[in-house]
Parts: sequence; C-alpha cells; structure tokens
Amino acid sequence: MLLIYCPYCEEERNELEFRNGGDAHIARPTNIADITDEEFEEYFFIRQNPKGLIYERWRHVHGCGKFFNAARDTVSDRFYLSYKAGEPKPDPATFLNNGNESALNKDKGASK
Amino acid sequence: MSGANRISGWGRLTPAKTARFTFDGKSYTALEGDTVASALLANGVHLLGRSFKYHRPRGILTAGPEEPNALLDVSRDAARRQPNVRATVQEVFDGMVTSSQNRWPSLALDIGAVNDLMSPFFAAGFYYKTFMWPKKAWEKVYEPFIRKAAGLGEAPKEEDPDHYAGRYAHTDVLVVGAGVAGLSAALAAAKSGAKVMLVDEQPEVGGALHYDTGVKINGKDGFTWAQETAAELKAMDNVTVLSRTTAFGYYNHNMIALCERVTDHKAKPGKNEPRERLWQVRAKRVILATGQIERHMVFENNDRPGVMLASAGRTFLNHFGVAVGQKVGIYTAHDSAYEAAFDLKRAGISVPAIVDSREKPGEAVLAQARAMGIEVLTGHAVLTVGGKLRVNSMTVGRHAGSATRKIAIDALLVSAGWTPSVHLFSQSRGKLRWDAETQRFLPGTYAQDSLSVGACNGTDDLQATIEEALAAGELMAKAAGAEGNGKIEITGEAPFSWTGGMIGAAEGAGPDTTVKAFIDFQHDVCAKDIRLAVREGMQSIEHIKRFTTNGMASDQGKLSNMHGLAIAAEMLGKDIPQVGLTTFRQPYTPVTFGTIINHSRGDLFDPARKTPIHPWAVAKGAEFEDVGNWKRAWYYAKPGEDMHAAVARECKTVRDVAGIFDASTLGKIEVVGPDAAKFLNLMYTNAWDTLKPGKCRYGIMTREDGFIYDDGVVGRMAEDRFHVTTTTGGAPRVLQHMEDYLQTEFPDLKVWLTSTTEQWAVIAVQGPKAREIIAPLVEGIDISNEAFPHMSVAEGKICGVPTRLFRMSFTGELGFEINVPADYGQAVWEAVWARAEPMGACPYGTETMHVLRAEKGYIIVGQDTDGTVTPDDASLNWAVSKKKPDFVGIRGLKRPDLVAPGRKQLVGLLTKDPNGVLEEGAQVVADPNEPKPMTMLGHVTSSYWSSNCGRSIAMALIADGKNRNGKTLYVPMADRTIAVEVVTDMVFFDKEGGRLNV
Ligand SMILES: [Zn+2]
Repeated sequence: MLLIYCPYCEEERNELEFRNGGDAHIARPTNIADITDEEFEEYFFIRQNPKGLIYERWRHVHGCGKFFNAARDTVSDRFYLSYKAGEPKPDPATFLNNGNESALNKDKGASK
Repeated sequence: MSGANRISGWGRLTPAKTARFTFDGKSYTALEGDTVASALLANGVHLLGRSFKYHRPRGILTAGPEEPNALLDVSRDAARRQPNVRATVQEVFDGMVTSSQNRWPSLALDIGAVNDLMSPFFAAGFYYKTFMWPKKAWEKVYEPFIRKAAGLGEAPKEEDPDHYAGRYAHTDVLVVGAGVAGLSAALAAAKSGAKVMLVDEQPEVGGALHYDTGVKINGKDGFTWAQETAAELKAMDNVTVLSRTTAFGYYNHNMIALCERVTDHKAKPGKNEPRERLWQVRAKRVILATGQIERHMVFENNDRPGVMLASAGRTFLNHFGVAVGQKVGIYTAHDSAYEAAFDLKRAGISVPAIVDSREKPGEAVLAQARAMGIEVLTGHAVLTVGGKLRVNSMTVGRHAGSATRKIAIDALLVSAGWTPSVHLFSQSRGKLRWDAETQRFLPGTYAQDSLSVGACNGTDDLQATIEEALAAGELMAKAAGAEGNGKIEITGEAPFSWTGGMIGAAEGAGPDTTVKAFIDFQHDVCAKDIRLAVREGMQSIEHIKRFTTNGMASDQGKLSNMHGLAIAAEMLGKDIPQVGLTTFRQPYTPVTFGTIINHSRGDLFDPARKTPIHPWAVAKGAEFEDVGNWKRAWYYAKPGEDMHAAVARECKTVRDVAGIFDASTLGKIEVVGPDAAKFLNLMYTNAWDTLKPGKCRYGIMTREDGFIYDDGVVGRMAEDRFHVTTTTGGAPRVLQHMEDYLQTEFPDLKVWLTSTTEQWAVIAVQGPKAREIIAPLVEGIDISNEAFPHMSVAEGKICGVPTRLFRMSFTGELGFEINVPADYGQAVWEAVWARAEPMGACPYGTETMHVLRAEKGYIIVGQDTDGTVTPDDASLNWAVSKKKPDFVGIRGLKRPDLVAPGRKQLVGLLTKDPNGVLEEGAQVVADPNEPKPMTMLGHVTSSYWSSNCGRSIAMALIADGKNRNGKTLYVPMADRTIAVEVVTDMVFFDKEGGRLNV
C-alpha cells in the first residue's frame, strides 16, 4: 500500500485516503468546442503510460478533498514529490538523484 | 511416555509436561512444545498422508514452514477444523484431533494409489492435453472430476466461530526473522534508540540455532544466547518481539503484512483472544533476516516416508529430543548434513553410512566423520530407496559404476545444500542476482528501504553474519532517525564451516531415466516432468511451471523451484539465469481467510446504508434490494401476495389513487456561490442561467467524450444556490467529477460543493390524490396547480419542520417530493402515510418505481445507458443546449462516430404477444433464421409487465433503432424466439402527459 504525501495536509497518508486521477498537466483546451478531431483525440484519449517517471493527479478524497499532482516512478512506485494543482511541472533534474538508488541513501524527505 | 523414539536427556522439551492428541483416531502423548510432526515421529509414525496426484504414501520432509508433504486436518471441535495444516508448524495442544488427508478408505490402504500405477496417463500437461474436447464434457465430466481430485483436504462446512483481529503498527526498523542475524540486527537497532519490531514465525526465537547445537555465541550455547537476547529485547521499551508471527507479504512503501497466530497452540484459548491477528506494519526501514531453506536430493523414490532433510533430522533430535530412526543413512552434497550424522551418533543412533555425491567433501567434516567411525562413501549416489510406507533400505552405487550395495536403514537424511530465502526481498520488487560461484540467487538491486543480512543474503560464515547484521541494525536505525550509539560486539563460533551443494537431479535420475525422482512433493512433479515440458517446447520457466505445476502448490516451491530450474536449464542447454526464476508472490506461507478479512465479516463485511424511513419499511414487511450500499424497499407484499402481484397492485394504486415512495437515497449536492449557474452550465448539457429561482429542471451530465454520465432534477433555490440531485449510485462520482472540474479546470469560479445526500430525507408522493394528501401538512407554500405547477420548488414547512418541496414526477402522475432534514424523515413520512392510507393510497418500492417510469419512457442511467450512449441515442437531445459556448462533452458529442448514422439507439419494444415479458439483457436480431453467429442489433435494457397498460413493455438499445419504427425484430431465447415490434415513442402510458399537470 502506497504512502502518499498530500501537499495541502502537509503529511504522508495511506493510499486508502486517495484516488488516482490519471495524467497531470493535461489542460482542457479553452476553445474545446472548436478543436479538430485530432486535437480532441490528443487531449482526451492519448496517454503515454510511461515506464518510469510519470506526473499524475491524485485527490485526497477521504481527507482534505483537494486534487494535487505527484511525480512517481511507475516501476518502483517511488514518489519523488507532490505539489499543488496549478503549480508548474517540476524539472526532473531537481528531484531525480543521479540514479543512485541504493536502499540506504534514499531520502524520503525529498517529498517534503 | 511421550514416544519410544524420545531420547532421554536430549532436546529442550520438559518431559513432565505432556499433552494428548489423536491422529487418525489413535491417541498419542506429546510433550508441551512438540509440533504434531515431532510428536508423531516420537511415536514412530512416519506415514502422514497421501500425495496429491499419485496418492503415494508420504511422511515428514522438513521441520518447518516449508513442509510440502505432511499436511493434516487439524481440529479443536466440529467447527474449528482446518485442512492442510503443516504438521511441522502446528504445535500440539491437549485434546487436539488430527487426521490424514487424501486417502480412502485408510491411510495404509488407499484406493487412489492406483493413480501411481497409472502414472503414464498423468504425465505433465495431462490436464491441458486431455480435457480439451468436447466442450460439453467440461461441465459434466472433467470439471467435477478435477475438482474432486484437486482438492487437497476438505474445507469445514460450519461457519468459523473464531474471531480474528487486525492491527496497524508503525515502526522505525522491522526485523524479519529472529535467528542469529535477526537478533543481532534488532539488538543493534534497539540500542541505537530506534523503535524496533522483531518478528519470527516459530514459537521461540533462534532460527537455525534450534538444530545447530555446535554454535557458541559470546561463549554460550547459541540457543540459550538467543533466548537471553530476546528477553533483553523484550525488556526494552522501544522493542516489540512477536513470535509465531509470519511476515507473509512485503508490499509497497515498506508495508509488511504479518500473521500472528495467537491461540492455535493453546488447549484452552481465552474467550476474548482472537485466533489470529493481522498486523499491517509500516516500517521506515526493513531488515530481512529470513535465513535459508535446505534442499532435498532428487533421486528415485525420494518421497518415501522416512526420507527427510538433514536439518529437519537435527531439529527433531536436538530440539525435540526425537530420533527419526534407529539406523539413519545420510545422502548429501553438502557438508552440513555431516553434522546431522555427528549429532545422531552422539545420541547413540546408528549411522550406517554418509553417502556423498561429491568426490571431495569438506576436509574438516570428513575427518570428524572418520574419527567418529562413520563410513563415508564419497562420489556415490543413493540410486533408490526400498520400503513403501517407510523407507527400509538405500541402494548405493559409485558414480558411473555398475556395482550397487543395499544398506538397511529406517530413515534417510538428505541435503543438496541451501537456498537463501529471498521471498520477501523478491516480493518487495528487489531484483535478484545469480551468484555463479555458489549457485544461488541472492538479493541484487533493492527497490525499497530494506537490507538483507545473514544466510538470506548469502553470508555463510557465522561471525560475518553477526557483523553484517550488527552493522545493518545500526545503519537502518540511524537512517530511520535514531541517534543513539548502537555499537555492540558479539562473537560467534561454529565448529565447522560448510561447503558444497548441488541443484537438479542426482545420479540415477538424469536425462536418460524415467524414474520417479520428485522435485515438487506437494504437486507430485518429478524431474522427468520438467524434461517432458522442455521436450514439448516450453522454454520459459514461467511456462514450464504452469505446464508441470511445479512450485504451484501451497508451499510455492520452497524446496522445488531451484531443482526445477536447474533441470530445465540443463535440458535447454542454457545457464540458470537465462532460464529465469519465477517471481515470488505473497503470501510467503498460506494465510487463513479469517486473518485476511479479520473484522470484515457478517454485518461488518460491507456497510449497509439505511434511510431514515428504513425502520418503517421493515415494520411494514417490505422486501429490500441492494442498490450500491443502500438498502432500498423493493416492494410491500400484502399477505398472500407474491412479488408480481404486489408490484401490479402498487402500480395500479399509484395511478388510481396515490403512492408514497422513499426517495432518500437519491444523491444530493448543494451547489452554492455567485458562479453556481455558470458552473452548472459547464457541468450539464442543459442551460441553467435561464432557470428561475423556484423552478427545477431535468439535467443530463455527459463526460468529455459525449456519453451520458448521470442525470437528475436540479432545483434553483436562489440566484446563487442549486439543489442538485443525482442517481442513487452516482452521487460520489458525480461530486468527484464536479470537484475535479471546479478545482483543476475552472478554479476561478466562485462555487462551493457540498454533499447533502444523507442530510435530506425524501418522500415522493405521487398520484392523482397527491395534493390532497399533503395539502393540510404544508405551511407557507401555495401548492395549487396554478401557483406551484409541475417542475416547481419552494421552501416552507411541512408538519412544522422545514422542507424543500419539489413538484416533480418520476411516475408521470401529479407528484411532489418532500425533502426534510433526515432526522424528521420518519415522522413526516408517518404523517403523510396517516393521510394517505385512509384514501386508499399505498407505499411502493423500487420495483414499482421502475415500472411506472418505464411506462412513461423515463430512462435510468446505468440501466438503459451503459457509458456508450449519447443524449441523442436516448432521444434526450432536447436537453442539450445548442446555445452554450461550452460544457463538458460539447466537443465529444461532435466526434464522427457519435454523429454517424446507425448508432445503437434507445427505443421501445412491444412483444407481439402482449402477455410475454422479455428478459432484460436479451439480445435482439433482425433475422431469427440467420446461421450462428447471428448479427446482434442490440439488447433489451428494461422490461416489465405493466398492469396499467395491460401488457408487457420494454426498452432496448437497437442499432439504427430510430429508423426501425414499426419493424418486427426478434429476441431469440434458449427455448423459443420472441417477435417484437419497435416503437420509437417510448411513452407507453398517458402519451399527452396530461396527468402531470393537474
Ligand atoms: Zn490532504
């Protein structure tokens, strides 16, 4: 079971309190009524399903109720960090620690 | 006397403390602390069961949780009975009843053993190949047969009277395994000041020290040191030590699941004690000290009772004081088994020979064996053993030689070396690495904050193990935030350092042989079965595993995996890591359902949601149906009425007089704020800015892809306040959907959403007499048709309590929905009923509600729609605003497929025979004579007998349905084909809708 850091509640809570909301940073086009079929397909259907780093949405549904974003590794399920909805997509260079993934020097504090 | 094979002065059990138990009806005496296995062996019982496939006689192979053979049925009383209990784990308690499994009529004479003779027909892959055809035979022949044959043991039929508990725990460092490594690591972590949990599956700590009596730690006997260390740990405030506790699952983010067996070893469990306790532990750091498991030798008839692991023989002797035989042979490829011979010899047991498959055993053990006068046959193999129900001889030959020698024995201890227990590491998604030199998989890349120490990490030397564990304990404690000084020193001495080991088939069971040399005892998989799988084309170990079922029994191949892998690799001519290792899955050992569900049973299995009016409905004898978690009154049968009669009467009564209906389960969301109308404009297809306060409107919500997501009536209470209703099941997801858009797409809108589903009780009063029923109860609202027409809403009072009164209808009749605060729900309902009953009205349930709305062609989202239906498909295009610049779904609705002709559309169906009622879900076709597979046009979504229409009515999603008005279609059923007429107008009753507006 995952431990997820809610940037609004400012603490790690159990996965049971959250609901995943799919990929983050996919903004609904402001002129959605006028976009082409291809643009709609891109916006609504196409997802990368990456092996590795993903930016995704979570809702602290049984907590503060807020949506927020998180960067997670889809292989290890490690969360790098969580941040509030509306904040810019963080640069991976700022949180990926040079591939040094030894069990001992992993710093959970990265998410705080 | 606790058994003829109990050696006085040996072992750690107290002779004075005895317990009586039975095995297959015969009574035996055990010592307190015995396992069923040790107690039976003490009494000379080696035959414990029959094997799964061939019904071969089986005995005890191990002394621990890895046991694949000795599975018994163990009971305390009729209801407290459990099959497939490992005799090597289950402790004896006074009064315990055990019996063997998988045999008939008796253990010694078993009819099923004919399978052993017929084994050519039961080769690997047998099930796959044999039971393919004909299809029909599956139901009648194959499946019942397989089920009967496959069930090892028999499940109890009574409800489990025990209770199970669950606990959550947080700790800095969790140490799994309390052998030398685990104890050392826990001590170092604890002295560093970390919060420590130490868990071990056995009743006492010590791990391998149970049998390895030569080991001295800090100058003391190893086992004594272990108990003293555990006592020291238990005395510390920051340490929890749990015994009889198996860490069975390693999940994400250092979540470890433990099963603590609380009462299974007690003769008289306390009344309030749970049988088992599930612990869900979140650890900052985990130290795995899970040790290693000895492998058996793979040779002909290696499954005969009396053949067991060398370490098991040592455990029975050194811990339980039980001799597994009087003439015990040893067959090994590893030095460790020599120590078994030494222990036996010292206890006065005869050891006819140590047969070592290696030419060069370790020099120290060889010298010791010679010094003790034990014959050692190096470069030899045990080709087979004699004896059926108990081994009585071993046939020994020199490698590649032809001369054999038969040696009389009554037990044979075997060892092919040791397999590190990397199960939990693998479960944590760590990557294993193959150590070619020692021929074993070891922890490689860690995926979580854990460390492996000692034998499970491939560390063989005792002192090295201790130092590795101490360092890990200190390191992990510091990493978890502890700041104390955890430096300690522990010194260990072992009499011998061990070498050796082999994997795969031994001499005499090689590729050119067809002997039954077992690798997986529980599933009866032999070396030759692995070879057959490879010959039949299986290349991957995952395929070989499934084809042969190797490692798929409840022991998950703890003994067999490596042997199977080595044999497959040899056949494939590949290196072992190229063939791969199957992934280890939770649970490490079988876990009872009771532990997993613990409190979640009976009333606590799934919470039931009940409306304020529920008790009234119960008192009136309503039948209930589950809608999500809600209990909804389904119909109110009068004495002598069945469901059909009750529903027909309710339907008629509502239209003739009136009915009252508990609609409290409807989802309700209060949408408030200056931008509330603007927000609802975006969330629904309809326009809400045009809705005046005091009015309500039916709304449709689509997803971005244009498909119907939910529907419901929305009332505007004020300029900035809407009372939104959703479907009963849809409330949480609709709120989530709204919150999603509000928070992430339209965060600038000033709107607040509040779930009010459970705050309002809703009483629907429907029918010609509805106004007359409620009129005297309502204060402050003029409910005349002129002042309060259909689709109005107003706030006022009813029965003196505040209400939001809606004039609306889901029946097509004059109707009101009375919303009152939930606490007043039952009182207001009773007041309404007191008015309604004398007028001849009735309470009605969800079934009547469904029929009445279908008579009017009103859809139910989720029943008449399935997530691929657009408003147009459901003939609800009138509810889609053509003027709004944006709403969720506006673009999706324009997608080519959604505007293409021929889509499945919702239409009415009238059976040609008005008395025939279609089955919901039935498929609809145009040509009933078309050969199969027929072209299916769609399916029936709703279908009822309508007493008001005097005939059956139905709705269906039909391809190009709107262009099929008046056409005849067919509904093929198993026994007949039903002709139906398509009607695009789904209003079956009161087409003009006059009854709504009176
Ligand atoms: Zn939160």
